[in-house]
Amino acid sequence: MQEKFEPKIVGFLCRWCAYTGADLAGTSRIKYPPNINPIRVNCTGRVDPTLVLKALASGADGVLIGGCHPGDCHYTNGNIKTLRRFKLLQNMLDQFGIEKERVRLEWVSASEGERYARVVESMTEEIRNLGPLNWKRKEMEVIA
Amino acid sequence: MTSPKIAFNWASSCGGCEIAVLELGTKLVELKDKIDIVFWPVALDFKYSDLESMPDKNIDVTFFNGAIQNSENEHLAQLFRAKSKLLVAFGACAYMGGIPALANTKSKQQIFNSSYKETPTTDNPQNITPQTKFIVPEGELTIPKFYNTVKTLDQVVDVDYYVPGCPPVGSQIEKVVGTILSGELPPKGAILGASDKSLCHECKLEKTDRKVSKLVRTYETIPDPKRCLLEQGIICMGPATRGGCGAICLDANSPCRGCYGPLPNVIDQGAKMLSALASVFDAESEEDIRKLADSVVDPIGTFYRFGLARSLLRRTKE
Amino acid sequence: MPEKIGVYVCHCGTNIARTVDCKSVAEYASHLPNVAVARDYQYMCSDPGQEMIKKDIHELGLNRVVVASCSPLMHESTFRRAVSSAGVNPFLFQMANIREQCSWITENRELATNRAKAIIAGAVTRVSFNEPLEIKKVPVNPDVLIVGGGITGIEAGLQIADSGRKVWLVEKEPSIGGYMARFDKTFPTLDCAACILTPKMVSVGQHENIELLTYSDVIDFSGYVGNFTAKIRKRPRYVDEEKCNGCGQCEQKCPLSVPSEFDCNLGKRKAIYRPFPQAVPGTPVIDREHCLYFTKGACRVCEKFCPRGAIDFEQKERIVEVPVGTAIIATGFDVFDASRVKEYGYGRLPNVITSLEFERLTHASGPTAGKILLRNGKPPETVAIIHCVGSRDHNYNEYCSRVCCMYSLKTAHLVHEKTDAKVYEFYIDMRAFGKGYEEFYKRLLEEDVTFVRGRVAEVSEVAQNPSEKGKLVVVAEDTLLGIVRRIPVDMVILSLGLEPRKDALEVAHTFSISRSRDGFFLEKHPKLAPVSTAADGIFVAGTCQGPKDIPDSVAQGGAAAANVLSLIDRKEVELEPSIAIIDENVCSGCKICLGLCPYHAITFDEEKSVAVLTAALCKGCGVCVAACPSGAIEQQNFTNSQLLAEVEAVSA
Repeated sequence: MQEKFEPKIVGFLCRWCAYTGADLAGTSRIKYPPNINPIRVNCTGRVDPTLVLKALASGADGVLIGGCHPGDCHYTNGNIKTLRRFKLLQNMLDQFGIEKERVRLEWVSASEGERYARVVESMTEEIRNLGPLNWKRKEMEVIA
Repeated sequence: MTSPKIAFNWASSCGGCEIAVLELGTKLVELKDKIDIVFWPVALDFKYSDLESMPDKNIDVTFFNGAIQNSENEHLAQLFRAKSKLLVAFGACAYMGGIPALANTKSKQQIFNSSYKETPTTDNPQNITPQTKFIVPEGELTIPKFYNTVKTLDQVVDVDYYVPGCPPVGSQIEKVVGTILSGELPPKGAILGASDKSLCHECKLEKTDRKVSKLVRTYETIPDPKRCLLEQGIICMGPATRGGCGAICLDANSPCRGCYGPLPNVIDQGAKMLSALASVFDAESEEDIRKLADSVVDPIGTFYRFGLARSLLRRTKE
Repeated sequence: MPEKIGVYVCHCGTNIARTVDCKSVAEYASHLPNVAVARDYQYMCSDPGQEMIKKDIHELGLNRVVVASCSPLMHESTFRRAVSSAGVNPFLFQMANIREQCSWITENRELATNRAKAIIAGAVTRVSFNEPLEIKKVPVNPDVLIVGGGITGIEAGLQIADSGRKVWLVEKEPSIGGYMARFDKTFPTLDCAACILTPKMVSVGQHENIELLTYSDVIDFSGYVGNFTAKIRKRPRYVDEEKCNGCGQCEQKCPLSVPSEFDCNLGKRKAIYRPFPQAVPGTPVIDREHCLYFTKGACRVCEKFCPRGAIDFEQKERIVEVPVGTAIIATGFDVFDASRVKEYGYGRLPNVITSLEFERLTHASGPTAGKILLRNGKPPETVAIIHCVGSRDHNYNEYCSRVCCMYSLKTAHLVHEKTDAKVYEFYIDMRAFGKGYEEFYKRLLEEDVTFVRGRVAEVSEVAQNPSEKGKLVVVAEDTLLGIVRRIPVDMVILSLGLEPRKDALEVAHTFSISRSRDGFFLEKHPKLAPVSTAADGIFVAGTCQGPKDIPDSVAQGGAAAANVLSLIDRKEVELEPSIAIIDENVCSGCKICLGLCPYHAITFDEEKSVAVLTAALCKGCGVCVAACPSGAIEQQNFTNSQLLAEVEAVSA
C-alpha cells in the first residue's frame, strides 16, 4: 500500500503577527494539515535566504515565511525588506528548478487564525501534488 | 636535508592557476633549488604510473587546482590524497567548483546534446556522443566518465588547506608557499592567502548612500570611477567576497565577481549576497520590488558564478 | 562542557495527550543527542511540574531544558523563571509548541505525534546552541500618556493622577467627554449622563497632575516600555487658553451659524464655539473652514468683543515632544453609518433618525431643547425602534454591539416619558446581561412597549392602504406570530451598532498595536489580559478594544490604570535581550546595514571602518543580521547557529 506523502514544510513566523495568528488558529480549534514546523522569529526581516535554502537542502519540501501585513510591522518595515529578498530569491529558486508553490511569503495578522489555517492547508495540498522535493536523494549527488 | 617534495595537479580547470604559479617569476627560479617538484603535468613530463608507484605520504604538499568533473579528476584526487602529507585545494575551482561548476545548472545529457549535437557548427549526423569504452581493432580505448554534477575537491577527499581565487594573486601565492614550507602550519581547514574581511575593506571606491534604485549590466553604463559600483547599479560581489586580492578588478573599473569565496561566518556566499543586495533595493511596493528583482537576469550566474558547487543547493533540480 | 538537556513533554490534561502520544514522544526525545532525561507529565506548568524540572537540574546536573507544551506566548516566562530559580540561565531554556500549533489543529493522532517529534527535535537541537544571556533592566518613566478623553480616558487619567503620577491626556476634539457627553440618560439607572460625567471632566481639567491637551493628536510614538517619546501636535484654536476666561461673549457675538457636529448636524453652532456648555476646557475654538475671517478676511467681531484680548488669529500649531513610560489608548468608537442600509431609508426619509440623533433631540441642551419632534415640528404619535442596525449582519458587521438592546429600551422609555406616542421595538434577541439590565427590560415590558421579534426588511413610505398614508411603514416578519407585519409609524429610530473609529488603522500604526478581525484594537489575551497589548507598556481600554457599555468602559479604564501603576511602581522593567551585536573583527565596513535599521541604531566608525551598533536603540528585529554579507552581525538568542540547527533538525 502506497503511504500518502506528507509534505514537510518549514515555517518562519514573526512573533507579533503570523505566530500569534497561528496560535489563534489552534486556540480556536481550527483544523488544518499539521505539516508545518513553526520556527518563531521576532520579525520576518530576520529570515536570511540562507535559512530558506538550508531548509530545502536539508529535506524540507516547502518553506512558508509568515509576516505582518505591509504597514503593520512591529518594527516599521521589516516585512518590506523580507519582500525584497523574497522576490529575488523566488527568481533564483525558479532557476534552480524549485517550483513557485514550494516557497511562499504570506501576510497573516495576529487575528487571522482562519487565514493561517487556509494558507497552510492550500500550501500542503499544492506541495503534496508536486511530490517530495527530496533534495538529498542520491540522484541529486549532493550531500546536505 | 632533503628538499620538500611538491606536486601540482590540474583537474577540471582552465590552466589559469598554473599560469598564476608562474607569476612568482624569478622567485620560482630561486625556489627550484629549495624544492623537489615530483609532479607537474602542465610543465614537465610525468606519467600517472610515476604517481601510482610512489609510497603513501611521499609528497609533502600537493597543490591541486581544478574542480572534479569526471572520473579521472576524482581518481587523481584520491591518489594525491593518499600520496600526500598535505593536500591544498588551490584556486576557486578546487575550493568552490569555480566556473566549471556552472555546469551544475545543466544535466550531463543536456551538456552532451548541446556540445555534440545542437551547436550550429557541429556536424554529427550519427549523433555520436562520448562513450567511456570503445573497441578498436587495436584493442579497447577508455576515456574518463563525465559526471552529471561538478564537485569541489573536499567533496571527494579530505582537504588540508584552501587557497581561494580565480586565480589566486601572485603575492598571495608567494605567502602561501612560504607559510607551508616554513613548517609552522595553520590549523587544518584554514583558508590561506586571503583576508578575513570582505573586499569592501580594501576597495578604494567611495561608499555613500547604500541604496540601489536600478540595476545595469556593465556594458550599459560608464561608471563614475571614484564611486562604489554597487551604488551605481552594477552588481558587485565585493560585500560578500573575501578580500586579499588587492581589489584589482575594481582598480580596472570592473565589479568583483566573487572568486575569492565567502567570508568565514558565511555558509552560502550567493544567498548572503542576494540578501544584502535585495535589502538595499530602493523599492517599497510589490510592483517596484518585482521589477528590480526581475532585472537580475541570471541570479545563479551572478551570485554563484564561482561557488555553485559549494552552495547549499549545489545544482539545479534533476 | 557538553550539553545535558532535560526534555519535558506536557500532556496539558487532554489538550495535548488527546492527539499526541506523549509517552512515545518522550521516548523519542530521550534518544536525541545530548538529552540526559526525557519525561512526560500531566501539567508541566503546575507546581509539581516545575518542581520536577528543578529537581532534575539539581540531581542530574542539567544545563539545558526543553519543555514541549503550549505556546511560548503562554508559558515561556513561567518556565524561564523556574529554570532560573534552579540556577540555570533562563535563556538556556527552549519551548516547543506542541499544542496551539500541533495537537489542537488536527484529529489525526499519527500525524500529530510525528509533528510533535519533529518540533521537539528542532528545539533540542537549537537549545544546544543557546548562550546564557543577561536580561536587561531599564528604568520606567513614571509619566503616562493617555490618548482619548472620553469616560474611559478620564477614569484612567484620574486614577493615575490621584496616585501622584503625571498624566498627559490627549484629546482630538476641542473638549473631553467623548460620546457620553452627547447622551441624555444612561441605562439602566436613567442617570443623566452629563450629571455623572461633568464632575469628572472638571476634575480632569483642574487636576494638578493632569496636563490636558485638547484639539491635539499624537503624530508619532517611539521608544520601548518605560522609555517612550510621544510627539503631540496641538492644533491652533486661535484662542489663547491662558487669557480666555470662558465668558462666552465671542460665541454670542459671532454672526455665523453652521451645523453643529455635536448635535449630529440637527442644530447649529457658531464659527467660534464650544461644542457643548459644560466643555472642558471652556476655551472656545475657531472653525477656520467656516470662519469669515479665515475664508473672506472679514468680520473679526469676536476679537473686537473679547474683554481679555484672547483671540489670536495668528496662532500656529505646536509640536510637543513628551517622554513617557507607558501609554493607554482609549480612543473610543464611531457609530455605524446608517445610510449604508438603503432599505431603512436613512438620509432619504426625513423622519428616519439614528439613535444618536435621538439622544440629541431628547437632550435638554439639544436642538429641540429636549422635545421629541418630527421634522415638521410636531410630536410623533407612533415610534418604531429598530435594533441591530449594522450589527449581527454579515453584510456589515458580524459582531453584536452589546449596548444597543439596552439603549433601545432606554430610548423607548424616554419616548414614553416625553410624548404620548405608542412605541414598537423590533428586535432579534433581547440582550440584558448586566446588573439591573433584566429588571430594566421587565420595566419596559410593563410600560406597554410592543416588542416585535423579527428583523425589519424595510421602512417604506409607500402606502398600501389608507391607514398607512403619510406614515413610515415598518415591514418586518413577526417570528413569534409567524406572519409579516406592516406597522405604520411617524418616526423610526435606528439603533446603530458600534464600530472602530475611522482612524483606527492610523492609530494602530502609530503605536504599533494590532487589530482584531473586526477592526477594534487587539488585546493580549481576551480573558486574562483584556487591557494589555502585545506591545509592553501600551494598553488599550474602553470601546476602542470592543463595543461595551459605560460600566465596562470605566472598569477597563481602571484596569489599564492599575496595569500602568504596577509597571511604574516596579521602577524597572526587563527587556528581552534579543538584540543584535556587531563583531568589529569581522565587519568589513561595507555599510549595507547602515540604512536598514528603522531605529537608526547603527552608525559608522570612520577610523576603524566598521559599523557600530547602539544596544539601547536596538529592538531586535534581526533585519541587519540577515542582510550582513559578512555574517558580522549576530542576534542574541536568534543566532545563525541556533536557527540553522533548528532548521536542519526539523527538515530532516
